[in-house]
Formats: sequence, structure tokens, C-alpha cells
Amino acid sequence: MLVSLNWLEQYVNLGNDTPEALAEKITKTGIEVDAIHHVAQKSEGVVVGYVEDCYGHPNADKLNVCDVNVGEESLQIVCGAPNVAKGQKVAVALPGAVLPGNFKIKKTKLRGVESNGMICSLNELGIEEAYLPKGSEDGIFVFPDDVEVGQSITQYLNLDDVILEFDLTPNRSDALSMLGVAYEVAAILDEEVKLPLIELDESNEKATDYIDVDVQAKEDNPYYGAFMVKNITVKPSPLWMRNYLMAAGIRPINNVVDITNFVLLEYGQPLHAFDYDKFNAKQVLVRRATKDETINTLDDQERVLNEEHLVITNGEKPTAIAGVMGGSDSEVDESTTTVLLEAAYFEPKRVRRAVKDHQLRSESSARFEKGVDPNRVKEAGQRAASLLQTYANGQVLEGVSEFDQLDRSHKQVEFTSARVNARLGTSISDDQIGIILDKLGFTYQQDGENFVATIPTRRQDIVRFEDMLEEVARIYGYDQLDYTLPQGAQQAGGLTQKQSLKRYVKSYMEGAGLMEAITYSLTSEARSQQLVSPEVASVHPTPVRLSMPMSEEHSTLRLSALPEMLATLSYNSARKQQDLGFYELGSVFVSKELNVTKQPEEQTRLAAALTGQWLTHAWQQEVKKVDFFLIKGVLEGLFERLGVKATYKPVQMDGMHPGRTAQIYIDSVPVGFVGQIHPLTQKAYNLKETYVFDIDFDHLATVYDDVPRFEKIARYPSISRDVALVVDESVTAHDLIETIEQHAGHLLKSVHVFDQYQGDNLEDGKKSLAFNLLYLDPDRTLTDDEVEASYQAITEAVAKEHQASLRS
Amino acid sequence: MKEKLESLKQEALEQIDQAQTADDLQSVRVSYLGKKGPITEVLRGMGKLPAEERPVVGELANKVRQVIAEAIDEKKAIIEEKAINEQLEKESIDVTLPARPVHVGGPHLLTRMISEIEDLFIGMGFEVREGPEVETDYYNFEALNLPKDHPARDMQDSFYITEELLMRTHTSPVQARTMNAYKGNKPVKMICPGKVYRRDTDDATHSHQFMQVEGLYVDKNVRMSDLKGVLNQFAKQFFGEEREIRLRPSFFPFTEPSVEMDISCKVCQGEGCSVCKKTGWIEILGGGMVHPRVLEMAGYDPEIYSGFAFGMGPERIAMLKYGIDDIRHFYTNDRRFLKQYHQA
Ligand SMILES: [Zn+2]
Repeated sequence: MLVSLNWLEQYVNLGNDTPEALAEKITKTGIEVDAIHHVAQKSEGVVVGYVEDCYGHPNADKLNVCDVNVGEESLQIVCGAPNVAKGQKVAVALPGAVLPGNFKIKKTKLRGVESNGMICSLNELGIEEAYLPKGSEDGIFVFPDDVEVGQSITQYLNLDDVILEFDLTPNRSDALSMLGVAYEVAAILDEEVKLPLIELDESNEKATDYIDVDVQAKEDNPYYGAFMVKNITVKPSPLWMRNYLMAAGIRPINNVVDITNFVLLEYGQPLHAFDYDKFNAKQVLVRRATKDETINTLDDQERVLNEEHLVITNGEKPTAIAGVMGGSDSEVDESTTTVLLEAAYFEPKRVRRAVKDHQLRSESSARFEKGVDPNRVKEAGQRAASLLQTYANGQVLEGVSEFDQLDRSHKQVEFTSARVNARLGTSISDDQIGIILDKLGFTYQQDGENFVATIPTRRQDIVRFEDMLEEVARIYGYDQLDYTLPQGAQQAGGLTQKQSLKRYVKSYMEGAGLMEAITYSLTSEARSQQLVSPEVASVHPTPVRLSMPMSEEHSTLRLSALPEMLATLSYNSARKQQDLGFYELGSVFVSKELNVTKQPEEQTRLAAALTGQWLTHAWQQEVKKVDFFLIKGVLEGLFERLGVKATYKPVQMDGMHPGRTAQIYIDSVPVGFVGQIHPLTQKAYNLKETYVFDIDFDHLATVYDDVPRFEKIARYPSISRDVALVVDESVTAHDLIETIEQHAGHLLKSVHVFDQYQGDNLEDGKKSLAFNLLYLDPDRTLTDDEVEASYQAITEAVAKEHQASLRS
Repeated sequence: MKEKLESLKQEALEQIDQAQTADDLQSVRVSYLGKKGPITEVLRGMGKLPAEERPVVGELANKVRQVIAEAIDEKKAIIEEKAINEQLEKESIDVTLPARPVHVGGPHLLTRMISEIEDLFIGMGFEVREGPEVETDYYNFEALNLPKDHPARDMQDSFYITEELLMRTHTSPVQARTMNAYKGNKPVKMICPGKVYRRDTDDATHSHQFMQVEGLYVDKNVRMSDLKGVLNQFAKQFFGEEREIRLRPSFFPFTEPSVEMDISCKVCQGEGCSVCKKTGWIEILGGGMVHPRVLEMAGYDPEIYSGFAFGMGPERIAMLKYGIDDIRHFYTNDRRFLKQYHQA
């Protein structure tokens, strides 16, 4: 909503505040002023001039030479505008004037002819093109005859105006009108609102003789008033009205249209003027449209209607979509002489439906959608009729033809000052509350601390105590409230165990050298199917798609963060950052339904991706590419810290390297996978060798060892033995370790691989794996015999189970 | 005998003095103090001496042995020290050469912001709650006083999945869920951080996915001045003691009265500049007193209970705090951007 202060001043005394100070007060009281526009600051030295004579330039076809009377003297001015003519009153920038854009006017010669100033267009005077009256875009501006020659144009063109731009919240539709704003400002400044005077000089003919109103859709349209104005002259509206409309961002058209727009802005009540002759009926019939009925609207579009839409008809065909837009068939134009003026109340829901279905928002619908003031509908119609009488020479017929079942009752809100103070934490006196209600223009009854306030119908947002509370609070001033702390019983805040674990895991990942990434949950459907961990894929999740995505790129919920993370790696690599390690801890969305009807299961998963060199530019140090065992090390470090033991089994997965991918199990529950992405996937993402993992954090959070038990620090020395075993290539380290652990006895503390060898000195198809065995008894010193016995048991077992021989 | 011992001592001391290495010393030790050495020999031959001389010679021999051993130890220490010094000299480096980098990652800026906010509210007794990102229409809208035909639904163009399911447009549904879980008879004091989604085209100031942190406090006798006090405490801790706050009336369907909170502009100290659009204030968060309908729907009697709620956008706060010019930076994950905020 754009609010012209010059216009607002007509309804309420604005006092001496600067526009900035006034805007600050309005913002602090409840309506945010988003911007302050000064219409045109530099227009000094521009006056009204009278073109006494105008003839062609001797040396230029497109120029005219004009003699212009500017009050004290007559100036010769060369003018290029095609519409300049003898007898016009125009805006003349005198030599020395400075126009917007720091454009200085000087005496000059144009093609050999002296020119002492410039005849201006509105655009040149700093008025935005969008607001210029139709037809005046590329010519000089011509004043009506009643302006005085030699006077500054500032007052005539409202150039000293300041426009406040309101950012209205949806509850404050009352401020979609100048009068509504006037009430708000009056409450803030403690002033009275001056309502416009409506003076009607009605003729003897009755409106009802010309038009009947029949409303069939009574709930949708509880009030319809039809005013009749005859013998009007369509012409430009008065300058002051055009100025106000332009200030409000509405382009002036002609007096009839301008008057309906002016009253729409003044009262917040949209009106519609039909050309009575084109309307071509003595009856207005308001009804729901029939299926596939059509109307050509004012914007030259054919609209197909249905039973959900309310239409104004002439008994036969629709002439307007109620509250949204009129039809072109009955549009007012230069030849219109009789106007059928509609002032109605349309139900917000009905209007909203039409706006939604036709994607058609207008100044009218914006107001009907929120609900107009039922007590101002008819008055607005009368106001417009009186303006048509004054500014279109119209003859207003007596009365109004109407249908009226409109509820105009006022709501009442009961409250006590004690309750107000208890909720606000204030001690506002009963008297003070009375004063606040007076300022707001609310009538009330008071008995001590008990109040019954009657709410004006323009404030339909106020229905219960809390709404009243806000009114009192904002007029009292939010900045008057104390700073207090809650009085309720104190409780300890904190994170849940799982939330703390999240933080722990994140800091582990960062300590391990990875950066946290946050990628989009919405990805393409194709990507949503990539790199889905086997245990997630095993439930055959249905892609969860948005019903109306903005793009395919963000259309489907992810099942893993990896595809978007690979895109992130790709983005970075393309910018010469090839050595990358990212992780993300976030939700994925698993739906097991064939057609999604319920919320998908949201799993928190931990995903990571590494590519490039792990140690880069490390001085005096070997540079290493990331590899499988590095990313596995990141995982193992995490598992160790969580006190869980994972096992790894080779797995085949789409998009992953067939020989370098493992499924991860914790206590035989599959929790994720780790491996190198397939060279083709790498290529698709423009990446070099890239390793990833994706694991189920929720499962980890249920199995992790949250209270590590105290383990005695060994006081006795451990004994370490190495053993190198030669086995078939197909035997995995995991197989051997399992056997070793089963047969080593309780003294074996740990076993780990320290070497793998294939090649010289070994048969084809064989490999050697070297293990380090660590023996320990926390309570005593071990004997060599005990260790030897375990060692023998191990070698026998691996020989038997895996045909392993000792490497000599 | 005595003379022999004396001369052995002199001899040994001389050799010790001349010893250059640990090996030299070891051979001195072996030749004089070993089992076959001359001193042992003297002691062995003591049987031939008269009984009264034996203790005297024995004592002397032991003394000589002791003197030699001490001299060897002393010399050993000297030789070792010398060797260490030589070693150190060889080992000296140019300490101005570059370091070998330690490879450490770091958190995303938004995670840092959210943890910081969480910790401040935890300190004020709030718990942290989470909820689903795919929400039901009921929890996302209806339970928050936004029935199906409410005009304010215009304000949040949403990503629907079905008619009843959508990507949550705010984290407020977590508040409704928590109140429901607490069954209307227990105070609620919580914040809920998380991802939210709106049907916006991504540009410098809009992102279809972003973060929110919302807070809720419901108890008997919660006052609007409590909201002001808590937000003030948060703002001063988070943005700095010198910052002022200001509350302005606003509108949200789930609060009444509703507020918007501004903090004084740090750039211009409230004088007005381009960052604060010449107002001296910067909008930080919205909130208000929980709407009685919201309390009712969650099973809390608005005659007995009242509460306040607030919500803020970590991206917006981070953009203001660090002067970040484009919200898309948060989701592009450019390493150069992320790394800037790994600093302490
Ligand atoms: Zn500033």
C-alpha cells in the first residue's frame, strides 16, 4: 500500500513530524513502513506557461518554436514534443532550473534559433513512467485551463508529496484504504479522523426504475447496491485526483474509472462501473457461473468459468467475475453516457477462489479477499456517485437498487485490565486503558477494571481477548514493556544423548580431516536412486516426489546425501580444488508404500566422500592419493570411539567399483557401505578416483557404547608374536582373523594385519598375510609356554580351515 | 703391594683421561676392573700377605677400584655429552622453513551458528527438540491456527507431496508435536532447529531450503515482558552487550500479540546506513505470545497457560554477522567459503 501524505492530510492532521519521524512512529506501532519516497525534490524554477504562439522551426522539421507566457514575460522556446500547440498551459523549466537527474536548464540555440527554457513532460519532472496518464507518455504535459500562469508547478503536480510504502501484514487489511490509514495514524497521533463530505443532488428519477437487483447466490453476495448516474461526460479526471492516483501507483484513465479507483483507495471498497447501455438489461442477476460458461475480461482474455465462481450477469450472460474483474463488453469508454455503479460485498472465500483459479489479482480482489467493511459499502457507492456528479457532470438518480442481507453487527470483546496486565507484565491503569481505546476509536463500557469494547467493523481482525491485548500493547508501546525473566520453575536445559552424539561424531569427522557440507534434501529423481546403501535399497523405497516441483533438479527426496555431495565435489574440482574431503550428517527419506500417503521414515545418515590427494603440498613428505584403506580408516576410527566393532564384506552395487566396495555390518546388522565409486560414475560427475561411505547413524546411536567401562591399565608386560600365513588369494583377512580369534584363547589381546604380499617366491594364486598377535594377562606375567601353545593352536586351525601354511 | 696399587691407579687414570670414545672407556673398565684385571689379581694374592696387612691392602684396593670406577663414569658423562652436542649440531634445522600441515576439517558455518544459538538457550533452561522434515498439513498449518482456507497460507508457498503431506515450511510443527507429547499439563521450554523448505526460486536472498531455529515457552503466567527479557538476553549474548533491541508489532497466525525484533545496527551504531536501510535497526527474528487457538489445539487451557514463541533464520543472521552477500553460498559448499568459517 502506497500512502500519499498530502492525500492522508485530507483526513487527519499529521502535525509537524518529518515524514521520517512519522514513518518511525507508524512502524513502531504496528505497520511496517518499508520505504519513504519523495515524489520529486528538484523542480524549482518550473512554472506554468501559456503557449501564445507556436510555429514550425525554420531549419528542423520536427521542432517547433513557441512563444510562452510565463507570467511576467514571454519567452521564445524551441520544443520537440509532437503534441505542443497554441493555447496550451504547459510546464516550463526556466533558465537556471535544475531538473531531476541534475539536468540544468540554460539559454541556448537550437539549430540557429534561440531557446530560453524547456517545455517539460511529466517524466522529465521526475514522475515514474508507469504512473503517467495514458497517452501522455511521450509528450509534454498539458494542464487543465484553471491553473494560473506563472505559478510554480509544484502544488499543481503534487511534486512536494511524500509517499510511505507500507508492508502490510495479512491481518491489517483495514489499512488497505486511506481512511483506514487515517484511523491508524489518528490513534498514534491522538487526532480525530475527518470523513469526506458526501453531497448528493439526486434527480427525480429513481434508480430502481432503471435497474433491478436479483441475487441468487445470497451467501456469496449478501449485499449488492446498484447506483445509476445519467448524462455523464467522460473526460480526464481533475488534476488533483490524477495526482493522488499516480501517487498510489494507479494510472489515471478517465474520470469514471478514476473515480471508482479513487473511492477504492479512499474507502477500501472496490466499485465497478458498467456502461448501462452496453449492459443492455434492466436487471442485475448475481449467481454462480455454470460449467464452461465464458467471459471476456477487461484484460482481453477469455476466461472459462465453473460453478465455484460468482458472476454478475445481465440476466443472460456474465458481465463481471464478482469482485475480481469486469467484462470488456460493458466497459466504460469515451462514448459512455449512463453508468451503472456497483457497490457490493462479496464473500472473501468466493473471490479467493476466482483469483486462484484464474491467476488474476487486482486492486479489487486484494480487498474483497480480506473482507471489506460492511458498514462502508453503501457509503462508498454514494461517495462515488457524488464525485461523478461533480467531476463527470453526471445526474445521480434517486436511491439505490439493492439486495441486502448483510450482517453489519459489531463484535464485542470483554476483558479486565488485570488480565491485560498479567499477560503483558505491565501495570497499566484502568484509566489508561480507556484512553488507549479512545485513541483507537473503539467505543466501550467500563466498570472499574471490567471493560466491554465494541469493535468497529473495519477492524475485522479483532475477535478475542488476545487481539484486544495486542491493540492495547501496541498503542501503549512495546518499548514500554519491562525486560523480565520467566518466573516458572527452573529446569535444566540440555541436549539429548543422541544430540550430543551428533556433535561428537561431527567433531570426530572434522578431526579426521573432513569438512562438513550441507546439501539439498531435494534432488532429481535420477539422483535419488544413485548410491543407495544396500540395506536401504533392500526395502525398495518409493521415490518421494513433490507434486509441483519448481524443477526436476529438486523434485525428489534423497535416499542418500552422496549424489548431491558428489555434485559438490564436482563443483569444487571444476574450480581447481581437487583435494577434497566432505561429510554430511542429515536426514534421508525412506517410504515403503507403493503410493506415498504417510510420512516417509526419516533416517539420519552419515555420508562422506574423499577425492584427490590426501596430503597435499606437504613439505618434505610423500604425497598420497586417497584410497580405500584411508576412508576405511576414517570409519574404523569412528567405530572404535563408539565402542562398536564392524565387519566388512565385499558387495556389488550399482555405481560402485565391483572390487573395491564393502558392505558394513555391526553385529551382523547391515548399516551401510564403503568403497570407491565406479569409474563411470566418476566420469559422470567429472571426478577422479573418489571414495565414499554412507552409514546409518540412527542405528549407531542405538548400539554405541555410551558408558565405556573402566579397564585396568596393564601392569604386566605383553608378549608380541608375528605370524605370516600363505593362503589362496580368495581367503580374506577377515576370514583368517575370525579363525585366529576363535582359537587363540583368552590371552590374545589383539590381532592385526601388518603386511600383505603377492609375487616372487609365492605360487600363482597365493598371497601371504602377516599378522601381529598381542598377548596380555592383566593380572600376571605371561609365560612363553602359554603363548607358544596359543600360537600352535592358531597355526593348526588356519591350516585346517583355510589351508594356510606358514611362510618360511 | 701398596705401591703397585698406587701405580695401577695412576696408570688407569691416565688411560681414562686419554679415552676418546665410550669404547675406549669400556676397554679401560675391562682391563682394570674386570675379573681378570690387575686389581682383582692383587686381591686374590692377598692370601700371601701377613694377616695384619690384609685389611689395609684390601681397603686400599677397594678404594683404588672405586676411584677408577668413578673416573670412568665421570669421563663417560663427558664423552656422552660431547657426542650429544655433536649430534645436536648435525641436527640443527632452519626453523623458518614452512610447517607440515596438519589435516583437519571443520564444521559448516550454519552448524556453528545453530550450536551457538542452542548453547545460549540451553543455558537459559531450554531443551532441544527435533521433528520430521516431511510434515502433515495438520501439524504444519492447522495446529498452528492456519486452517485450510486461511489467507495467510499465501505467505508460505509450500512444496506439497500429497494433499496432506508437505515439506515443512517452518520448524513450528515441532512445537505443536512437543506440546501434544506433554499432554497439556507440563511446562514446555524448548528450541527446535532444523531444515525447512519453501517454494521459492533460488537467488541471492531466497533459497528453497534453509534453516530455522524456533523457541517455545509455555507455562502458567508467562508474560510478554518475559519474551522481551529472554530475547534481550539472547541478543546481548549472541550479538554483543552493546546492542540494543526493539520490538515492533507484527503478525503471525500462531501468535497474538505478535512481534518482530530488531537489533541496533552495528555498522552505523544506529545512525543509519545502507546495511540497515537507513533505519539504524536490523530485523532479526519474529515471535509473540502463543495464540490461544494453538494452545487449545495442543491440549493446553489458555485460561491457565500462556506462552511465547519466536523464530529466527540462521542464514540471515550469518549473512548480517559476516556480511555474506548471497544465501546460495550456504548450499554450494565451495571449499573456499566453508574454510573461512573454520576459524576459532
Ligand atoms: Zn546501519
